[in-house]
Amino acid sequence: MTPPDYEYFRKLLKDRSGLDLSADKQYLIESRLLPLSRKAGLSDITELVQKMKGGSADLTTQVVEAMTTNETFFFRDKVPFDHFRDSIVPEIVKARASRKSIRIWCAAGSTGQEPYSLAMCLKEMGAMLAGWRIEIIATDLSQEVLEKSKAGIYSQFEVQRGLPIQMLVKYFKQTGELWQINPDIRSMVQHRQLNLLHDFSQLGTFDVIFCRNVLIYFDQETKVNIFNRLAKITEPDGFLVLGAAETVVGLTDVFKPFPDKRGLYRPNAAGATPAKLPAASAAAPKFAAMAGH
Amino acid sequence: MQTCLVVDDSSIVRKIARRILEGLDFQVIEAEDGVDALVVCKKAMPEAVLLDWNMPVMDGYHFLSHLRRMPGGDTPRVVFCTTENGIEHIERALEGGANEYIMKPFDKEIIAAKFQEVGLIAVPE
Repeated sequence: MTPPDYEYFRKLLKDRSGLDLSADKQYLIESRLLPLSRKAGLSDITELVQKMKGGSADLTTQVVEAMTTNETFFFRDKVPFDHFRDSIVPEIVKARASRKSIRIWCAAGSTGQEPYSLAMCLKEMGAMLAGWRIEIIATDLSQEVLEKSKAGIYSQFEVQRGLPIQMLVKYFKQTGELWQINPDIRSMVQHRQLNLLHDFSQLGTFDVIFCRNVLIYFDQETKVNIFNRLAKITEPDGFLVLGAAETVVGLTDVFKPFPDKRGLYRPNAAGATPAKLPAASAAAPKFAAMAGH
Repeated sequence: MQTCLVVDDSSIVRKIARRILEGLDFQVIEAEDGVDALVVCKKAMPEAVLLDWNMPVMDGYHFLSHLRRMPGGDTPRVVFCTTENGIEHIERALEGGANEYIMKPFDKEIIAAKFQEVGLIAVPE
């Protein structure tokens, strides 16, 4: 790939999705876009760039989607889901006892493994949530990915990474080599296309936001901007869950971490009630904003 | 070090499994059918068993029911690893006392995920 081609992709992806590729990610472009080029009947990346510059909006959308689709699996990293089951939901059940509703947003819902993992978690907690209104909204930049999520059909390989076998038996139906998640779990999740770079305040406010393994692709300024907007739509006693390699620390103080619960954050707005989880009762350290820009 | 007994009639599968399991810090013992595997378990119970279903002499399902009736036979975590990928086989295995179930083909990620699931290896923080 020629340097001008690479620069073309960097700029395009930055503008369209916020994806911030460092100078050495040529292999990533090649590995993801060569199959797409061939499918479109083009011989290499240079031809792909020419076609895109010629004004193929459809191809451009496909390129952005191919570059921003992330690997995911059921109960990825496990720990956040333990937090969800053992800390987050029990606390919300107490705090919302009169309202009896819980709103959850999967901000990078991808092919559905994360929202459906949360839905299965909630189903397993059945008795505690009897009579509750549960909303799980899964959003993603890519329409193609959302379609896969809606269908809830997974390969044998996909259902074996992270999903306990008992849950596979309980919540999926086998069709040949494929497994489809049951309608009662599927119906717990609503899907919407959404670009995190754009305004998302219309989604309303949430008790829990899972925003994992997507911010790592953004530059610092964009991350700070997204954190600020996430804080505005997180309930003061709500939760933000980030990926294992992500943090707000050193970027912003609109969220504060739970010191003993890795990846878990709460809005730090003035007047907010202090973190109430037993082990996190000591005042969480405040971090000065020192975004690098 | 924990021990994992790999029961499979294919020496190639045993070799692949051995490499993966040694990479996960297990000491590996091999057996090529259920009878062989029972002999190993009578000597010393392993912490884990990676178990094929279809094998000559004694298949994995029968091995499992013998194992679970042996003194101390309830302790090993048993993970089936088989080309039998039908839900009826999976349900039968779970009722027979299996802890997890892998549908072949498998790779290191799947073995690691399933072994984490049954508490044989720690979940990375």
